[in-house]
Amino acid sequence: MAIIINSETRVLVTGFTGRIGSFHAQDMINHGTNVVGGVTPGKGGMQHIGLPVFNTVKGAVAETGADMVISFVPPPFAADSIMEAADAGIKTCVCIADGLPTQDMIRVKRYMRRYKEEKRMRLIGPNCAGVITPGQAFAGLMPPHIYKPGRVGIVSRSGTLGYEAASQMSERGIGVSSSIGIGGDPINGSSFKDIMELFEADPDTDAVVLVGEIGGPQEAEAAEYIRDHMSKPVAAYIAGLSAPKGRRMGHAGAIVSAFGESAQEKVDILKQAGVSIVPTPSSFGDVVEKMVA
Amino acid sequence: MDIHEYQAKELLKGFGVNVPRGGIAYSPEQAVYRCSELSGDKWVVKAQIHSGARGKAGGVRICSSEEEVQDAAQWMLGRRLVTHQTGPQGKLVNRLYIEEATNISQELYLAFVMDRTLERVVVVASAQGGMEIEEISENEPESIIRSVVDPAVGMQSFQAREIAFQLGLDAPLITQATKTIMGCYELMSQKDAAMVEINPLVVTAGNEIVALDAKLSFDENALFRHPSISELRDKSQEDPRETYAGDRGLNYIGLDGKIGCIVNGAGLAMATLDMIKMAGGEPANFLDVGGGASPERVLMSFKAVLNDKNVEAILVNIFAGINRCDWIAEGVIRAVKELDIQMPLVVRLSGTNVEEGQKLIAESGLNILTANTLAEAANKVVGQWKTAELKEAV
Repeated sequence: MAIIINSETRVLVTGFTGRIGSFHAQDMINHGTNVVGGVTPGKGGMQHIGLPVFNTVKGAVAETGADMVISFVPPPFAADSIMEAADAGIKTCVCIADGLPTQDMIRVKRYMRRYKEEKRMRLIGPNCAGVITPGQAFAGLMPPHIYKPGRVGIVSRSGTLGYEAASQMSERGIGVSSSIGIGGDPINGSSFKDIMELFEADPDTDAVVLVGEIGGPQEAEAAEYIRDHMSKPVAAYIAGLSAPKGRRMGHAGAIVSAFGESAQEKVDILKQAGVSIVPTPSSFGDVVEKMVA
Repeated sequence: MDIHEYQAKELLKGFGVNVPRGGIAYSPEQAVYRCSELSGDKWVVKAQIHSGARGKAGGVRICSSEEEVQDAAQWMLGRRLVTHQTGPQGKLVNRLYIEEATNISQELYLAFVMDRTLERVVVVASAQGGMEIEEISENEPESIIRSVVDPAVGMQSFQAREIAFQLGLDAPLITQATKTIMGCYELMSQKDAAMVEINPLVVTAGNEIVALDAKLSFDENALFRHPSISELRDKSQEDPRETYAGDRGLNYIGLDGKIGCIVNGAGLAMATLDMIKMAGGEPANFLDVGGGASPERVLMSFKAVLNDKNVEAILVNIFAGINRCDWIAEGVIRAVKELDIQMPLVVRLSGTNVEEGQKLIAESGLNILTANTLAEAANKVVGQWKTAELKEAV
C-alpha cells in the first residue's frame, strides 16, 4: 500500500494543457498512474491527451472522484491553485512550482487550517520532485525507472539527491516503498516529521532514508520525532557541509540563518537521535544496505 | 534582494516611519552641497553598501564642518569596505548618504522576520539597540520581545502597542511608536519584504521616534509583482561572476576555490561541492543548470564557470530526471570545442538517456574524462587538477 500514492489514487493535473503539464501528465500515464483528467480554466469540456479538461477543481472532483491534485501551475498563480484544491476536498496536493513568494505560502498554510484536521488537505512541496510508489504510480518529475519496488522509504528536500539515493539502492537490489520530495522552499506543505509519521505507520515500509540540507528547523524536528517515536531504522544524509554561512544555495530554503541550521549541526543532532549517518552522497547504497541487513 | 539604506528609508517614509532628512551624493562636492541643503552644523556621511557593521569599517562618519564632510566623502568613495558580512574582497562604495545628525536619547532594536518554525512573520524588538541582534541575544537575552503576526488578519495595533509598552517607552511616545511598528509591518506585507531591520530605532532628544538605520531585504520570488522594488537592484554590490550568470538565468554562487562545477539540482550541487572538498579540492562555484537543460544552456553554464579566471578544472555532474544526458553531452562537446577548453574536465552522467550521452562523449574524440559515480568524479577531477598544478610548478 505504501504512502500517499498508489495505483488506485485518482490524480487530477492542474495546469494540464500547458507544455510542462502535458508532458508530465503523459509520462505519469505511461507509468501506470491513474490520471483521471485535468483543469485549465476556460478549456473545460475539451479533451486533452485523451482525458477530459475541466474549468474548476470542484467540477473535476464531482465528475471524476479525483482525490489527488498535481499542480503544474506557474509560481505567481500556484498558491491560488493549491487553495482551490484544498477547498474542493482533495486529499493530497503535490505542488511542483519553484518560486512561490514566501508570503503566499504563509497564506496557503493559514488557509488550509480552516478545515478540520481529518478533512484537511495534505500539501507536498512546493518546489519539489513529487511522490512515487514504485511499480504503482507517481505524481511528479522523477525518472520512475531508477526506482525498484521495495520496503525502504525515502523523504528528500532535493529532487536529484533523492534520485541519487534511489539509484544507489537499486544497484544493490534494495527497493523503495515510496519516495516523497518535500521540496526546497523555506515554508513547505509537509515536513520531514509529517512524512516520517506516515512511514512509521506504514506496514509496507521497514526503514527510511532522510535526505536533508542546510537551513531551517525541519531536520532537527524530525530527529526529535525519530528519537522519541520511531521504531524503524533511519539513515540520513545532509547536503551543504561546505556551504558558506548566510548564502542561499540554490533552494530558497537552503540558507543558514540560525543556530542548528548548518549541515554539521544537523548531522550531530540526527546522530544523537540514533540515526545512521550517510557521510557522503556516494555512500547511500553502503549505509542503507547495512541498515536493512 | 538587498537594497541600500537610503532606498530603505525612502520606502519607510512612504509608510509613515520617521527618518532623518538626508540626500544622496556621488562625489565629495555633491556631499558638501547636501550639507548646505540640509543646513545645521553636524552631519553624518554614510557609505551606501549592502552590508551591516559599516561603522566599524569606517563607512559612517559624524562631521561638524564641510571640510570634514569633504574629507570623509573623499576617503569613502571608490573604496572597498570590508566588514564581517562582505567577505575579504569587500564592497565598493560608489554612493554616499548625507544626513542631518540626530541627538539620541535612547537606542532601540526593531525587526520583522519570517519565522520558519512558526511559518509566520515575527516581530523582534529590544530596548538594547545599537548592538547587532546576535550580541543582544548573547548579552541581554531577557530584553528581547517577540510578537507573532496571524496571517489571517495581519498585524493589529494592540500588538504594536504592547511592544511599545514592553520597550518601556513613555506614554507620550506610544502612539508614535505604534505608528512606526505598524508602518514597518505594512511595508513588509505590501512589498513582500523578507526582512525589515531598524537598528537603531532611536528616541531623539526632542522626543521623536526615528529610524536611524534601516535594512530591507526582499523576497526574490515576489519581485515579479513589485517592479518598483526590482529597479532598486544595485549590481555593483554583487559578485560580478554572479551578476554575469544571473543575467543569463543561471543559478550560480561564486566561491573561492579552483574547481568549477556544473550540476543539476540544488541539493545535488551542494552535495557535489561537499564531495570535492572531501576529495581534497576547493570548489570555485555552485551552479544548478536546472531541469530540461538544452545544449545551449550547458554551453552558457561553461561560459559562466570560465568567467571566473581562477578556475583550473571543471566537474560536470548530472542526474537526469527531466534532463536528458544526450543534450547535456551535446552541450559539453560544443563547449569544449567552441571555448577551446584545455583544463581537466570530468563528466559524470546518470539517469535519462545516459547511454546516448556517454556514447556521444566517447565518440567525440575530445579529452573529456568520464566517471560513473559522484565519488569517482570528485576524486578524478581533484586528482587531475593536482597533477596539472604540479606540471605547471615544474
